[in-house]
Amino acid sequence: MRRPAARLLVLAPLALALLAGAAQAGDIAPHERRSGSTFMAPETQAMQADDTGNPGMLWVLQGAGLWEQKAGASGRSCADCHGSAASLRGVAARYPAFDAASGKPIDLSGRIRQCRSERQGATPWPRESDEQLALTTFVAHQSRGLPITPPAEPRLDPYRETGRQLFTSRMGQLDLSCANCHDDNWNQRLAGSAVTQAHPTGYPLYRLEWQGIGSLQRRLRNCMIGVRAEPFAAGSEEFIALELYLMQRAAGMSMETPGVRP
Amino acid sequence: MTRSLVSVPPTARRGEIVDIRAMIAHPMETGYRMGPNGAEIPRHIITRLVCTYGGAEVFSAEFFPAVSANPFVAFSLIAAESGTVAFEWTDDEGQTETASAEIVVS
Ligand code: HEC
Ligand code: HEC
Repeated sequence: MRRPAARLLVLAPLALALLAGAAQAGDIAPHERRSGSTFMAPETQAMQADDTGNPGMLWVLQGAGLWEQKAGASGRSCADCHGSAASLRGVAARYPAFDAASGKPIDLSGRIRQCRSERQGATPWPRESDEQLALTTFVAHQSRGLPITPPAEPRLDPYRETGRQLFTSRMGQLDLSCANCHDDNWNQRLAGSAVTQAHPTGYPLYRLEWQGIGSLQRRLRNCMIGVRAEPFAAGSEEFIALELYLMQRAAGMSMETPGVRP
Repeated sequence: MTRSLVSVPPTARRGEIVDIRAMIAHPMETGYRMGPNGAEIPRHIITRLVCTYGGAEVFSAEFFPAVSANPFVAFSLIAAESGTVAFEWTDDEGQTETASAEIVVS
């Protein structure tokens, strides 16, 4: 019988690098926190910084169109109720938020889907659809440059704690936790990519590898697949708990939506 | 067909070299990939971009499957006269997308 260890041989350099290169275990000191964009090549940084070259702006543009579009039984557009999108400036910087109706946290994409189904009376778009990503990017873009400000809502605390536990628990066939890479080895490289500190500042963002825009949950799914863990379901409580913890961990850092990443 | 973003400086001095940028949302599907069921994903790419300035063609490009999704093109022009800088992309399904911007030259 084939020994499972043999299948992992290709990943041995990875595991070695992670053992040998350990920066420091534990949380990243506040003065050492850096956005993922600071690890990128100057050309990629320039692409993100220039609104005429940042491909994420194509989705901002699409979102701006959808914002004005009447839909559903209400026959109303987002703009009919909310006015200018600038009225939502700051909203993305404090999500996920507590949803009183369900008694659970809800992320920005979930809130937009909720508005679309309950207030507009239309079928919500799937989370990873172009339309849903476009609206979420458009709304989050309104907060670009603002500091991340997680709400001081005690009912969110247990979920943040769940998120912290998920972040620090080993998972998958490689038996690695998010913290093993993103707290302890953020200044290392993994197969040529900077590991980075996993700050959720730029989402939804344009990833060159994806050749398109994607959500934070899609990024987390990629990391989970990377350690051969089964990803949580889209929109699941686990993902939202992880998002809550990541936003708490990045409190005070600037929103960048739409970010660009390699 | 889709949506595009173009950047043309609104004003320029006569004879000035200005930067022009144009980006369009397009999958640029190469035709070489397979879908989850093993079926070939048909090729779907933009094949041509033409830019005119005051009605005269000043830049054109042919695109091939190796060009990334959402292609971005930048080039420079000499600002000669006030006028319209217009862009037209055509894909291999024959669909076109146009965009334009005005430049005022003084
Ligand atoms: C084996 C190491 C490893 C593990 C374990 C890992 N990641 Fe990552 N993660 C990476 C690498 C490498 C990147 C950057 C990839 C790139 O940009 O090419 C990344 C990127 C990210 C980003 C994007 C940051 C940005 O600037 O956009 C986030 C967020 C993230 N990871 C969160 C997580 C979470 C949450 C977990 C646990 C569920 C996790 N990661 C587990 C290696 C890892
Ligand atoms: C029928 C009116 C109506 C329509 C249409 C509507 N919304 Fe809302 N929306 C609301 C109300 C009311 C709230 C709750 C405001 C509050 O809690 O302060 C809300 C809340 C939100 C929030 C959260 C704001 C916050 O401060 O937490 C977002 C984001 C949002 N809407 C986005 C959208 C988008 C995007 C659309 C279009 C798809 C949309 N809404 C359509 C009425 C509407």
